[in-house]
Amino acid sequence: MSDSSDDSGLSRREVLALGSGLLVLGATPVTALTASPAAADESPVRQAVTSKVSFLVNGQRRELELDNRTSLLDAMREHLHLTGSKKGCDHGQCGACTMLVDGQRLNSCLTLAIMHQDAEITTIEGLGTPERLHPMQAAFVKYDGYQCGYCTPGQICSAVAVLDEIRQGIPSHASGDIAATPQLSVDELRERMSGNICRCGAYSNIIEAITEVAGERA
Amino acid sequence: MKSFTYERPASPSAAAAAAAAPGARFIAGGTNLLDLMKLEIETPMHLIDVNGLALDSIETTADGGLRIGALVRNTALAADTRVRRDYGVLSRALLAGASGQLRNKATTAGNLLQRTRCPYFYDTNQPCNKRMPGSGCGALEGFSRQHAVIGASDACIATHPSDMAVAMRALDATVETVRPDGSTRRIPIAELHRLPGDTPHIEHALAPGELIAAVTLPRPIGGAQLYYKVRDRASYAFALVSVAAIVQADGSGRVAIGGVAHKPWRVEAAEAELPRGARAVSERLLADARPTHHNAFKLTLVQRTLGAVLAEARA
Ligand SMILES: Cc1cc2nc3c(=O)[nH]c(=O)nc-3n(C[C@H](O)[C@H](O)[C@H](O)COP(=O)(O)OP(=O)(O)OC[C@H]3O[C@@H](n4cnc5c(N)ncnc54)[C@H](O)[C@@H]3O)c2cc1C
Ligand code: SF4
Ligand code: FES
Ligand code: FES
Repeated sequence: MSDSSDDSGLSRREVLALGSGLLVLGATPVTALTASPAAADESPVRQAVTSKVSFLVNGQRRELELDNRTSLLDAMREHLHLTGSKKGCDHGQCGACTMLVDGQRLNSCLTLAIMHQDAEITTIEGLGTPERLHPMQAAFVKYDGYQCGYCTPGQICSAVAVLDEIRQGIPSHASGDIAATPQLSVDELRERMSGNICRCGAYSNIIEAITEVAGERA
Repeated sequence: MKSFTYERPASPSAAAAAAAAPGARFIAGGTNLLDLMKLEIETPMHLIDVNGLALDSIETTADGGLRIGALVRNTALAADTRVRRDYGVLSRALLAGASGQLRNKATTAGNLLQRTRCPYFYDTNQPCNKRMPGSGCGALEGFSRQHAVIGASDACIATHPSDMAVAMRALDATVETVRPDGSTRRIPIAELHRLPGDTPHIEHALAPGELIAAVTLPRPIGGAQLYYKVRDRASYAFALVSVAAIVQADGSGRVAIGGVAHKPWRVEAAEAELPRGARAVSERLLADARPTHHNAFKLTLVQRTLGAVLAEARA
């Protein structure tokens, strides 16, 4: 989905701004061939299709100028080279891209980076380091909560948020009495983790890992 | 995805005014709009980000009801203690939808206006009157297991996918809007979504640029408030059929059904049959049903699901 620059080194915005004049250049960018001069004149084009955004990523302030279309996931992976978060489906259907934003988990593929001005973003890289693993990371290692590992960063970020949601008393579809304080149980964890698909089927080990961390915290 | 410009308006009326421009769209959680933009089913030229509009609180109204801001997230609404206590059917419906991650982003207004999950609507190689008016309907001649059994037309047999909207229909919610000229109006939830008719691409009663500001719920009516959802897997899947019910101790009540029509399906007259049981209610509720041979099972499924709901309500 990125079209930030082309052979001529021009951004799409600049190409649009130049309009038909660009056709005289030797190396004609694809955009100039497809955008007819008439269309460029009609539309109130010269508005920006890129935006500046700054946020705190794993504790560090980062500033970016991004194509408006850039998902939060692509901003992390392609622009900040934080490739821990994975792209499974790019449509909110698998959870591989799960990260924590202002303390809540979300699917970073289904949100625009520029909608997160000043947000505090935590990716798997920010939870812990190989030397100092987050307890949830350590538990996934201990219980073999993965096979290929592709879904794992999303699973771990999600699991950290799940324990937080239970602590905050947020109910789930598995909570029998909706008005009561939700309890920690395997059924609750399975329901709350359902937004993270694992093609390798490591589910039972994942639940064991989360259960151990939940027990330590209780 | 097509390129677009982006703005963050300062007030609801500024947002509505900006949205009157051709090609402009509101973006809230983005969980439905961006999904469709990636497939170029939606191709807005300008996005108006409504997240900064301070429409994210839940307030008690003067008549003892609730006013839910358009930007209240599905998680926050489901977890609100007043909703859990007085409008249990709404909490349960929300928690039966999507995943924890999606509910953290999805908003009250966005959930109401989410578009159908008809696979032919999603597949841009297929004809679809909703996506491309006049191109035909892929589902009518195709595989229609998940499609509507009632209120459909020869142009479109899609369902509305929201769980939350079904509970809101049972609760007689009202949608508050702001129009581009700054005026406001209140739309009963029953009139928000339209049946497909000859114009399945027109899905709701909102005018271009009309912003949903809030959804209000009348005073709590008590009763056993249940939401049962039947789907192909136990979690993180859309409904084949769902039942939202509010059943009072005297056996009277309300029933709205999801997964069967282009809007949450409720027939007030059918509720008079509640004392006679699930079969009587569903026969009345689905009297005009015209299922396909792929989805005729939904008629039985509605009756059995309602039966289970009524059994729990009376237990
Ligand atoms: C994998 C997956 C599974 C899902 N499963 C379920 C499920 O089981 N049950 C269910 O009910 N839903 C489900 N959903 C859908 C989800 O609930 C919706 O995507 C979500 O509620 C949309 O809300 P949003 O705020 O993200 O809307 P957006 O995507 O931001 O907007 C949706 C539409 O509403 C318009 N809009 C937004 N706010 C306003 C406003 N204030 N005024 C006027 N117009 C507005 C937008 O312009 C857009 O047309 C699922 C989604 C995914 C991706
Ligand atoms: S059922 Fe409606 S949405 Fe689906 S293909 Fe037919 S016209 Fe399109
Ligand atoms: S990549 Fe985001 S949910 Fe699959
Ligand atoms: S470990 Fe391979 S997908 Fe989960």
